Amino acid sequence: MAIRFPSDEWIKELKEQLNASEAYERSAKDWEGDFVFVVEPDGAYPHTAYLFLGLLHGKCTEAAVLSSPDERKAEFVISAPFSAWRQVIEGRLDPIQGMMTRKLKLQGNMMKIMRYPKAAKEIVACCARVPTDFGQ
Amino acid sequence: MWYFVSPQIVFGEGALDALDEIKGQRALIVTDATLVRLGIADRIKAHLDRAGLETRIFDGVEPDPSVETVRRGAALASEFGPDWIVGLGGGSCMDAAKAIWILYEHPEMEPGEINPILPLGLRQKARLITIPTTSGTGAEVTWAIVLTDTAEGRKMGLGNRENAADLAIVDPALVMGLPPRLTADTGLDALTHAVEGYTCAWHTDLTDGLCLQAARLVFRYLPRAVADGSDAEARERLHNAATCAGLGFGNALASLAHAMGHALGAVFHVPHGRAVAIFLPYTIEFAAREAPERFAELESLLGCSPVTGEPGARALAARIRALIRDVGNPLSVAEAGIVRAAYEAQLDKMVDDAFNDTQMVAAVRAPSYDELRRLYVYAYEGREVDF
Repeated sequence: MAIRFPSDEWIKELKEQLNASEAYERSAKDWEGDFVFVVEPDGAYPHTAYLFLGLLHGKCTEAAVLSSPDERKAEFVISAPFSAWRQVIEGRLDPIQGMMTRKLKLQGNMMKIMRYPKAAKEIVACCARVPTDFGQ
Repeated sequence: MWYFVSPQIVFGEGALDALDEIKGQRALIVTDATLVRLGIADRIKAHLDRAGLETRIFDGVEPDPSVETVRRGAALASEFGPDWIVGLGGGSCMDAAKAIWILYEHPEMEPGEINPILPLGLRQKARLITIPTTSGTGAEVTWAIVLTDTAEGRKMGLGNRENAADLAIVDPALVMGLPPRLTADTGLDALTHAVEGYTCAWHTDLTDGLCLQAARLVFRYLPRAVADGSDAEARERLHNAATCAGLGFGNALASLAHAMGHALGAVFHVPHGRAVAIFLPYTIEFAAREAPERFAELESLLGCSPVTGEPGARALAARIRALIRDVGNPLSVAEAGIVRAAYEAQLDKMVDDAFNDTQMVAAVRAPSYDELRRLYVYAYEGREVDF
């Protein structure tokens, strides 16, 4: 059954997918850095949501919806409207291209992310494996 | 949404005369010792003299320029205060010039911080002219900067759209009489840009035509330029091809052959064009099984005969191998003279580095670690890819 995006259940399922992915584990084996994904309101989604993803050495250590961006400190914060996140999850927007065109707004060291392009791709692949309900 | 970035380009015979019209006070020429010794830097200086500019030459750029070199160049720029930076040479010199320019404008920055999303606000102190002296890199029109982190033995893909040159001068006079080996290596680099720019996941309608024309020109004129370095028509068309390919892949991306070639080059110092061209046919065969369409389409257009699917993609790989052989370049890593034991000792590092190369993001068939490792082994042995 499809899981609503964004939700605590969705981000926890992403954690499961990441921890089951050998390709992600290998490509992010040296990675240290947590993320907060900010889902901004747009015509398709009227709320703001904060999704926390703890990532360390190829594993997802924690996944949760936050009530505010200050609840957890993360090295990287990526903000985008709901529709842009949907494009990423559906594989229609490459996240690196999204950041380069500022459709995804990054706070954090871009070059650190650019050193792990394979891991970025694997995260998107894991997102695509989460059966997602976008509410429309 | 995407961008197409290009400098103003002056090209063809006599293009260097455009330097006579440059308005400014001081120009820093960023180049290497060989181009100074050959008198090429002085030719550029003479043009800038006619424009009334005071010039200084930084000739410290080495192949695969390091972060330290760029810092030295930036220190000279800060002392001299140029309003033009002139990158003269192959990709190393032009990439170094881009980075020196950025650090001159922003002395507080580390080279490793140069990235595509940072607003740089360049052109407060200087502007950039690029002048290629080989036909291959395309760096005269791209915004990419490749520097080597000597501590890690790893190439770093940097750059920002703002650091594309203001003016690129593509004059075939500067490539007349280049030696055959350099001609072949750099020409095959241009071909790899064209093929990967056409077939990568980031290709666009605005880049396809440039890549296609570049590939056509390389197939037609590279053998002539290698056979006779003074063939003026071949030299000029090949020089144009490299710039076309630069515009094409620079506004799309390269792909797997570049990721693998960067990793090989960083460890074994194989010339960039030779390295990426070795891997190109193998990466096409690897993609052919799951994503052959773009490769087959390119083969159809180059061969003027419709082919489709995996056989079409494999025909493109065969066409490229024939050209590589024709111009006397190695078809395998072994043929490039790398000892197997040394290669195997570095295999894990090369696989890791290739995986984390920026160009990897645009591969239409993304390899697993094991597949990438096998690709390196097949490319060493010269075996056609069958997985």
